Amino acid sequence: MLLYILRRIALALPALFGLVVLTFILSRVVPGDPAATLAGDAATPAQIADIRARYGLDRPLLEQALVHVRQVVSGDLGNSLFSGRPVSLEIMQRLPATLELTFVALVFATILGVALGLVAALDHNGPIDHLVRIVSVGGLAIASFWLAIMLQLQFSMEWNILPLRGRIDVIYGMPHRVTGFLLIDTLLAGRPDMFLDALRHMVLPAITLALPGLATIARFTRSGVLEALQKDYVLYARAAGYGRFRLAAIYVLRNAITVTVTQIGLLFGALISGAVAIEAVFDWPGLGTYAVQAILSADYKALLAVTLVVGVVYAVVNVLVDVAQALIDPRVAQRAR
Amino acid sequence: MSALRQLLRDPVAALGLAIVLFAVLVAIFAPFLAPYPDDAFESHIMQRLRPPSAEFLFGTDNLGRDMFSRVILGTRSALFVAVSVVFAAIVIGVPVGLAAGWRDGWLSETLMRVTDIFLAVPQLILALALGQLLAPGIGAAMVALTLTYWPFFARTVFAETRRLRTSLFVDALAGIGAHPVRILLLHVLPNAAPAVLVRATIGMGFTILTAAILGFLGVGAAPPEPDWGLAVAEARQHLPEAWWFATFPGLAIMLLVLGFNLLGDGLRDAADPRLRRSRR
Repeated sequence: MLLYILRRIALALPALFGLVVLTFILSRVVPGDPAATLAGDAATPAQIADIRARYGLDRPLLEQALVHVRQVVSGDLGNSLFSGRPVSLEIMQRLPATLELTFVALVFATILGVALGLVAALDHNGPIDHLVRIVSVGGLAIASFWLAIMLQLQFSMEWNILPLRGRIDVIYGMPHRVTGFLLIDTLLAGRPDMFLDALRHMVLPAITLALPGLATIARFTRSGVLEALQKDYVLYARAAGYGRFRLAAIYVLRNAITVTVTQIGLLFGALISGAVAIEAVFDWPGLGTYAVQAILSADYKALLAVTLVVGVVYAVVNVLVDVAQALIDPRVAQRAR
Repeated sequence: MSALRQLLRDPVAALGLAIVLFAVLVAIFAPFLAPYPDDAFESHIMQRLRPPSAEFLFGTDNLGRDMFSRVILGTRSALFVAVSVVFAAIVIGVPVGLAAGWRDGWLSETLMRVTDIFLAVPQLILALALGQLLAPGIGAAMVALTLTYWPFFARTVFAETRRLRTSLFVDALAGIGAHPVRILLLHVLPNAAPAVLVRATIGMGFTILTAAILGFLGVGAAPPEPDWGLAVAEARQHLPEAWWFATFPGLAIMLLVLGFNLLGDGLRDAADPRLRRSRR
């Protein structure tokens, strides 16, 4: 199993290296001269030449690329063109907010999605099945930013029962930062009132973000369960007198769930993408709002760094998913050999 | 023809096809269907933010333009962007997949590793970075979307080519001396076509959604373009009063994407008998 995990990590590395090279190439096709961009509009040619020398922009491209790779590997993503502060620092401050939102959405989507998929499959071609099918196709067709605004309109503006924006009410301030996850930090600080407030802020963004994932998971669970139900061992278990529910929960779901687990890994990319637009709507201080701010201020350093960091997170999640899948179904690791 | 008949027998797929055809017709005849076709660019400040009425079915926007007309006109750009992007992605991705799947070796390795790099980042993030670097605008957004979507076609065609290259009919063709390019284009590609078609249909819905997000975030269409995503972004400052301004463009996105997704779903079932069995 350990061998499989190491193999899987080794497989992810070339793509990540390629991504570093890709971001380097992108940073060089930026319209105009990067040294001139850095120096600002009022710079003299001498100042531009100075910056070019200081940032090594006068060195051969291959050497620059190597320097870039070395910097990225050591965690140096350069300074933001907007704030002048190290991009890696700014990203680390904001990453927990996005991860927390994504994680909560993913858990929500998985629990509800698996349940819906299972119920739909057990009610094959019945009314629940059709309802789930409509939800699973419709959920993927809704533009996340639009749904976010519609929910805001109804729950925050019209009925005023859920907060409009942010992670926590300003009157509370931020809890002492331990993990950066507010739902954990507020509890560690012994403030259940703050925890509840953070939770209330989480509801709308998490539901919006979860919907496409919920749809996908429900759909794959449904077809996985339907397929598993036709297997001989199900027939046997039925003959042995197992009840419908016990059969589904113990035998069928475990066999059907591997497909779903793969989907969860793929979904993570969709969730991070969705988070960008949703964070912008809810003023969620995460990577998404950071990326949007970088777009508005034409801060390509920050934007490329976000691309890289998301790529790394994405790769890590996919390795974790493959390992999880191998743990659920040992045949996966054997087949890979 | 039998494939089409089978597709239409599935009510869900037929509904998808109907929605897509309806949208195509609306896009083609948009200037004739829109009650105020000039509202693509003209503004009428005196009648700004009017609620829906018989005169303005979907109300008016912050510049007094008829939303109903702009939603209709927006169908054009949404479909145009999606068709162009998916077509360009096929033009790049299919040859890559064919070449990489045909024989193992350095060419195949290189092509698939490059494909993996593009798949290593979620599409929207990469499209955002590309769109911004290429100078924001609808053209840059389309290039960015194409560059992020071709790997899916490469992967699909790669898998199909791999599967087919060991089949008997390919061996036979090679045996009678057919050139590899001939085998790939005339014999392998047609067999991979259903998978590409399914990918393309789902890709249309996906592209419309992603393009809308780009427009919403300011990396896509620019004002005064009648773009759905952009309209929702513009509407945000006028909430909660002008709910119609944000609501109808979003509904249009949903309907069109739903159409392509339902159609893609039906096509997939029709193309893959194994899946058909599990649906029943």
